[in-house]
Amino acid sequence: MALEELPFKKEASLVLAGQAGQGIQTIEHILVRVLKRSGFHVFATKEYMSRIRGGSNSITIRVSSEPVAAPIDHIDILVPLDLAVFDHLEGRIGANTLILGDTDHIDAGVTMIHAPISGIAKETGGRIYENTAAAGLLAGVMGAHPEILTETVRHRFSGKVRETIDQNIDAALKGYEAGGSLCAKGMIPFRVPAGKGVEGHILVNGAEAIGMGALAGGCNFVSSYPMSPSTGVLTFLAGQDGEFGIVVEQAEDEIAAVNMVLGAWFAGARGMATTSGGGFALMEEGISLAGVMESPLVIHLAQRPGPGTGLPTRTEQGDLLLALHAGHGEFPRIIYAPGSTTEAFMLAKRAFDAADRYQVPVFILTDQYLVDTYYDIPPLVADTQHRHKHIVKTGVDYLRYRITADGISPRGVPGFGQGLVCADSDEHDEAGHITESMDVRTRMVDKRLLKEAAILKDSLAPELTGPEDFTHLLVGWGSPKEAVIEALSASGRTDMAHLHFPQVFPVPPQARTWLEQAQKVIVIENNATSQFGQILKLHTEIKELGAVLKYSGLPFTVEELTEKISAIE
Amino acid sequence: MNKNPFDMGPMDIAWCPGCGNFSILETLQATLENMGLSPEEVVMVSGIGQAAKTPHYLRCHFFNGLHGRALPAATGIKAANPSMVVIAESGDGDMYGEGGNHFMHTIRRNPDITNFVHNNMVYGLTKGQASPTSMPGQVTPVQTHGVFEEPFNPLAVAIALNAGFVARTFTGEKELTSRIMRQAIEHRGYALVDVLQNCVSFNKINTFKWFKENTWHIDDSHDVTDRNEAFRLATQPQGLGLGIFYRNDLKVPFEENIPAYRSDRTPLYARDTDLKKLAALIASRK
Repeated sequence: MALEELPFKKEASLVLAGQAGQGIQTIEHILVRVLKRSGFHVFATKEYMSRIRGGSNSITIRVSSEPVAAPIDHIDILVPLDLAVFDHLEGRIGANTLILGDTDHIDAGVTMIHAPISGIAKETGGRIYENTAAAGLLAGVMGAHPEILTETVRHRFSGKVRETIDQNIDAALKGYEAGGSLCAKGMIPFRVPAGKGVEGHILVNGAEAIGMGALAGGCNFVSSYPMSPSTGVLTFLAGQDGEFGIVVEQAEDEIAAVNMVLGAWFAGARGMATTSGGGFALMEEGISLAGVMESPLVIHLAQRPGPGTGLPTRTEQGDLLLALHAGHGEFPRIIYAPGSTTEAFMLAKRAFDAADRYQVPVFILTDQYLVDTYYDIPPLVADTQHRHKHIVKTGVDYLRYRITADGISPRGVPGFGQGLVCADSDEHDEAGHITESMDVRTRMVDKRLLKEAAILKDSLAPELTGPEDFTHLLVGWGSPKEAVIEALSASGRTDMAHLHFPQVFPVPPQARTWLEQAQKVIVIENNATSQFGQILKLHTEIKELGAVLKYSGLPFTVEELTEKISAIE
Repeated sequence: MNKNPFDMGPMDIAWCPGCGNFSILETLQATLENMGLSPEEVVMVSGIGQAAKTPHYLRCHFFNGLHGRALPAATGIKAANPSMVVIAESGDGDMYGEGGNHFMHTIRRNPDITNFVHNNMVYGLTKGQASPTSMPGQVTPVQTHGVFEEPFNPLAVAIALNAGFVARTFTGEKELTSRIMRQAIEHRGYALVDVLQNCVSFNKINTFKWFKENTWHIDDSHDVTDRNEAFRLATQPQGLGLGIFYRNDLKVPFEENIPAYRSDRTPLYARDTDLKKLAALIASRK
């Protein structure tokens, strides 16, 4: 049967699974890029164990003729690299799942389509070529372009010796041929046509999007302590330090990290720390310092399941209330939570402007799922928006904490102008000097809290997806966004819309009319206690809320949300 | 005579009469003026405690941050604008106790900042508890049976970590203090100056008189580049040595190791992201 005669399928899901260290990431890296450059829309997400070798990890790739941006459960084609995969993915492997593997090496007692990966590798020069052969095989199965495969493999191994590059290309092309022959023999009973508009799209994961957004927002100072899953942002920016002239330093702990960032802001840098729950908890005193010093501060908080060490490599939205209440004392703050990579870029960029403009801490909440996931998106736009530096050249009579109508004192930096810049963690007077005057104290508290009004007025509106005449409203924040939108569409419900909050706190006033219109509001969150639901109850008129919650350590998938959304009465 | 530009003029100072802090403040003001520095180019960074209030009594930029956290903030300031003269100043509890981890790692990082530690071997502001440098046997409201822990030896630690400039002085030795302060500020890289001082209110053991009787001067013949000898002097059981123990002028300061400053000395406040480069980086992900 020729390829052209096979039934079309809008999309296929491929799952690569094996032990840490077996190289499934190499297969993914090559395959996703080859498919995307061959015109397919692609989506890739991974789940992995907290170990360097062994265990069982998997990568799910959606290959589609339409844009895809959310995780799914079902598997069309599974490529297992070891036997443990079958237990690990139990429940996701269905009757229609095609299992593609080297039957010479894996005998799982299930029907498998023989993919001669080991044979090709051996022929090419040894087992190390298995991954490239597997990537080639899947590229062949999906009907990608062989020239693109060659170029992508060449690029992946650039820097290696010529022989290594050539042999990898050889393995990839032999794999490609084998994949094509599986199709020709009718072993792959469907064909996914390429999509439209993929050309020009880019592939960046959430961590890179945060990093690029930070650069777009003028970030030029980063200090952090490595902690999964936040480290991707640190490594991304560290890789750009020379090119962009930014200072990146690995601190001895998160306490040092946040205090370095605050020192840097004081001296005029635009600084950020990237961390996860435990590290963020250590930064709390520094966050409070930003509150009283009225220092801008940007923290990227990539959430993972707690408490304690929890599940270090898994995902959760469990730290919203931590971020909301972090730091002793009373002071304003802003919390953003991107629902997509594009939004991660936009919010990271905006965070630097908001922190600088209002002289408050700004938190960007992502999670393991978001930072590790990528799919093709239109190029992110690096424009001059949010680039204005909210600093002034100081005069001789400069007062760092001058009382103003909106509570925002013009911020000077040392060395720019003739004035002296005095920042203090004690309660202070307008000049920044320690005071114990109760009158000054009261005026300074009022001044700091007054900034909330300006922040609220500048709120980022929530986004409505679905019919405007809804009666039921799904409310969400952060990374579940795309899965909720796809599930809502799949449910076919016409009485229901979805309201996504890129700005979680302060609760944007624009949400009010939508919330009031709803007969029923259901919050969807990747946590156990509906933390955003609690915030909505406290800060809006809504007192009755339903909740769809998940806290297993995995993100919501489209199928499970479709089922839950369909069942809502 | 013109007023010292670092002098704040008459003001209410929160230190006890007779406190060693006054002497440190005066010597520092005089040293900064003698060096020809102006207040606009000096940033004082401090933590919390009585010593940490020093920046409030001195005309210059300051960042009076959190207890124990002066060093990371000072590092961030220096890295954001290497043209500033950055001085981190706090007490022994702040720098050696709460901030002990930062103390070690700042030495390793080696930013061009000067670290003055007011060491009175006691917690003053919290009313008389032991500090990391308190001597064994000292009875306090918390150490009710007397301190038994080994006192923290900041000089030995700094020498062990190959700090570029390690010195100790005593507030009763104004000329020495002034000379050491100046050399410490002029040193390229991290410089530690442990300044012994009395606490008139809470340390009845290590009094001004006690320091006079229990300190000795490092001999002029000491080779400050001899690390083993410096360590031996720092760990001598009899009394406390005063002077410069160790110097290593070959170390490259932190900010000079930062790629961002290799070809461009512009402070970060005057920098903008190159959007063309960013657009190219984004496009490279096609």
